Amino acid sequence: MSVELSASPFSPWQVLAVHERRVLRAGEYGACASFVGSMRDSNEGDGVVSMELEHYPGMTERELDTIEREAGERWPLLGSLIVHRVGEIAVGEPIVLCACWSAHRKASFEACRFLMEALKSRAPFWKKETLASGQTRWVERNTPGY
Amino acid sequence: MPIKVRFFASLREQIGRAELEMPADGVATVGDVWANASAGAAPPADVLAAVNHTTAGLEHPVADGDEVGFFPPVTGG
Repeated sequence: MSVELSASPFSPWQVLAVHERRVLRAGEYGACASFVGSMRDSNEGDGVVSMELEHYPGMTERELDTIEREAGERWPLLGSLIVHRVGEIAVGEPIVLCACWSAHRKASFEACRFLMEALKSRAPFWKKETLASGQTRWVERNTPGY
Repeated sequence: MPIKVRFFASLREQIGRAELEMPADGVATVGDVWANASAGAAPPADVLAAVNHTTAGLEHPVADGDEVGFFPPVTGG
């Protein structure tokens, strides 16, 4: 289990490969499911050039730890990983990586989905967009995931 | 120890400050903390709160030294 907040850009596939090599035991897991969310260049019909991702230091990490622990209680996972950006984010940069490892695909698929949906609805992060016009605005709600 | 109150995101901008402290005397719940911090203004319908980094409702009790956070709906991921 691992949770990390990153104030600088990260490469999700590199992080995933390093975590798998360092923490998981080759031969034990038969499945890895992952999700990467990245920043788009438009939202609600407007061009977006950058975004500020605010969080609640201490609470955000705690909530992500809780979500990961819940996933581990609901599914037979061999490992899981959450990495989330904070601070200033540019178009195209990865915002979040979730990954789960298990013996068979059912647990990792379902737990990875759970991590993302729980994170989106429970973890204290807030997005403030800067539009192409220079105007800034808070994102008021997330799109439904189901 | 006073109660530490923190505001985040759009709520911080509306309130005009990121944090403040208040004596715990006469403050029993999260709702009391809001009322004291906002000079009696009603909380936004969608406001969320946390006590010591754990999500809590407006009826949740508070005590000396607690940290109470208020924030709008979350939009991470």
